[in-house]
Amino acid sequence: MAQAKVKLTINGQEVEAKSGDMILWAALDAGIFIPNLCAIRDKDHPQTGCRLCLVEIEGYDKLITACSEPVIKGMVVKTNTERVDRIRHTAFELLMSNHNIDCKNCVQNGSCALQETASKLKYKLKPERLPSIVRSLPIDDSHPLFTYDPNKCVLCGKCVWACEQSGAGELQFAFRGIDTVISTLGGVPLVQSGCKGCADCVTVCPVGALVLR
Amino acid sequence: MNFSKIRSEAVSDWERFKSKERAHILVGTSTCGRAAGALEVLDALTKKIEQRGIDAEIAQVGCMGHCYAEPLVIVAKPGLPAIAYGYVTPGMASVIVDNCLLKDDPCLEFALGALEDNELIPTIYDMPRFEYENRLILRNCGDIDPQNINHYIANGGYATLESIFKMTQKGLIDCIKKSGLRGRGGAGFSTGEKWEITKNAPGKATYVICNADEGDPGAFMDRAILEGDPHAVIEGMIIAAYGVGASQGYIYVRAEYPLAVQTIQHAIDQAENLGVLGHNILGSKFNFEIEVFRGSGAFVCGEETALIASIEGRRGMPYNRPPYPATRGLFGMPTVVNNVKTFATAPLIVDRGANWYNSIGTESSKGTAVFALAGKVVNTGLVEVPMGTALRSVVNDVGGGVPHGKKFKAVQIGGPSGGCLPESALDLPVDFDSLTEAGAIFGSGGMVVLDEDNCMVEAARYFLDFTQKESCGKCTMCRLGSKHMLNMLEDIVHGNGKIEYLDLLTDLAADIEEGSLCGLGKTAPNPVLTTLRYFHDEYEAHIIEKRCPALSCKDLIAYYILPDKCERSCDACVGICTAEAIFSGKKRIKVVDQDKCVKCDTCVAACPPEYSAIIRVSPASAVPETEKRPEKAK
Repeated sequence: MAQAKVKLTINGQEVEAKSGDMILWAALDAGIFIPNLCAIRDKDHPQTGCRLCLVEIEGYDKLITACSEPVIKGMVVKTNTERVDRIRHTAFELLMSNHNIDCKNCVQNGSCALQETASKLKYKLKPERLPSIVRSLPIDDSHPLFTYDPNKCVLCGKCVWACEQSGAGELQFAFRGIDTVISTLGGVPLVQSGCKGCADCVTVCPVGALVLR
Repeated sequence: MNFSKIRSEAVSDWERFKSKERAHILVGTSTCGRAAGALEVLDALTKKIEQRGIDAEIAQVGCMGHCYAEPLVIVAKPGLPAIAYGYVTPGMASVIVDNCLLKDDPCLEFALGALEDNELIPTIYDMPRFEYENRLILRNCGDIDPQNINHYIANGGYATLESIFKMTQKGLIDCIKKSGLRGRGGAGFSTGEKWEITKNAPGKATYVICNADEGDPGAFMDRAILEGDPHAVIEGMIIAAYGVGASQGYIYVRAEYPLAVQTIQHAIDQAENLGVLGHNILGSKFNFEIEVFRGSGAFVCGEETALIASIEGRRGMPYNRPPYPATRGLFGMPTVVNNVKTFATAPLIVDRGANWYNSIGTESSKGTAVFALAGKVVNTGLVEVPMGTALRSVVNDVGGGVPHGKKFKAVQIGGPSGGCLPESALDLPVDFDSLTEAGAIFGSGGMVVLDEDNCMVEAARYFLDFTQKESCGKCTMCRLGSKHMLNMLEDIVHGNGKIEYLDLLTDLAADIEEGSLCGLGKTAPNPVLTTLRYFHDEYEAHIIEKRCPALSCKDLIAYYILPDKCERSCDACVGICTAEAIFSGKKRIKVVDQDKCVKCDTCVAACPPEYSAIIRVSPASAVPETEKRPEKAK
């Protein structure tokens, strides 16, 4: 049985989406760009961590993350208001202030979600208001297949989810505040963890933090 | 066993304890008392009484609220009024036994006050604070032995169980709704409505969680209740469980509260043994069990979704709401999450009625507010006042004002998520909405008083440093936004601030507030926003003049010895200075060598008060030219 469809309006454009789908996917499917780093379509309990996909929805006072809000019939969504842009621009600047911007030497150059966001929303990659607070943590290059550079990591948590799905479950968030990192259990090098080498984490990484060697 | 039998046994136990025939002694041994040495006092009392062969009963009770005067001992001896003694040492305890219990000298020199009217001394209820205090949530704290369920039952405890079983779930929830009770965890959501949503939410199971993950610096209300009156919390949870149809409950309590963990576990065991908790409560068909879950010390786990993740065995990270726990919480099932104080209030409402509770407090905030009063205030401790009491009364009348003749500067309410309110805000009534309007939050009840020696920029930096370190790292705004704000505040207190920081701080604060995932991030900028709003001049002084008006930021101050006040024959400062930064100059007037001074402040403390010759000056460059240290003779 085909899933019921609902019609909603995004930026004045009528969009048809599967009932129960999140606004983010409805918009992206319809060719309307909403920036996002941490959203995973199949994941229960959306991460809602990157704060890039905040949108205005008529009837709500607060901004809502498009990745966590299911579409309903007749819903009116705006992704391009001044208010939305102010908050997501701040979020983007914050992320970039903590990201080792080294695009020309980066494997992900050209397919990076940060570059895509900057180019589609006409943001500068290097934040204008904020000083750089990039960390200089050691890169884990212990694994024969891939490397992890925490200084490029945006902590979207996609690798944690992918690793869990693969059955390995070796990756988790560790520490708090600015010290938060993605880590193996006990912080052992990747090669010493129970990693089976599926590299699903590399596939889902939206930036150049987890890349094939 | 039926409840009337349980109660009559409890009452006779209580009457035996309170018997006027023999002396009974209460020692406050909550964490606050223990920290002040209550266990040593208890030990001294016990040994001395045994040694003297006196027939007296000693009981350990919870926090009496007068934490400033700990250790506290109450002695009730036949023929004398019950008297509370404060600041008791083991030595004083020994004297009290010999003079008061053996002879008839009530040792008034140690007394804080009597607990009943008498002709000897005023009662503690004559203190100004009791004009404002109304101890409902703290009703039993300090009066009963928390380890003895009979004491609780004899004072009316668990009596509501009989009445709720006669009510429908809807009737019970309507009663809570009608009372106007709002959650005491900070946000102030209607408790009855939360229960109703939970009850009506679909799910195979329903859970009740008591949030006792109290983590605000300077707040200790929940700990005091768990340690002093654990059964009130259990009874409240049973009421909630009956209302929403739950059979399993959790108390999420910090592992850093070992005494609270132990006390509540003991209370649960006692309640189960007596049949007021567990299977077929009081012979009914209603089952409810409570498990104590120890949190391992993450502040963010006080946020309900992070708390739930933690119980489920995951990292304590909040997730997006909706769905709210009331509809989809623990293990995906409808879950009531309420604060310790909310649960402790529920039995009173069921017992005395919604109208009675509704008559206390203000239009929108009913009941009482419990505050942990700390900081620069005479009577630190736990206070409970009706909602709507003026902030000024809480600080000055209940708290006794600022000590040492210093000037009041601000009161920090609501912990790291709260705000710093100035003198001009003191006429505000304490209730959920007034405090939010002023930029603070009601929070869970921490109240820290700051005086003229506290730098407000430093206060904001302190709280932001706390939230930044406790951010779970999941959301960009909180993890990185608060870090940038913190960096700017650090620059400012170190004298490296730039004037454009003020606008950037304001902008970032607004965006973090609007864009954060959970309550921790949304409220993290509050200390900065309120200090920017009420103490803007202090920020400007730091940035433009490199001056700390409170003379507290080390990088912006210098120490100077006033030549006309320094006493030639005194070398106290020279002797105490570990950095050898003070030398005796010409005419033996002491001089600070600014290059060597580490600004530890010990010289100020060492300088005898009759001279008070050492002062702090800010900006550091304002120190008058002084004589140079002579080259050491070779």
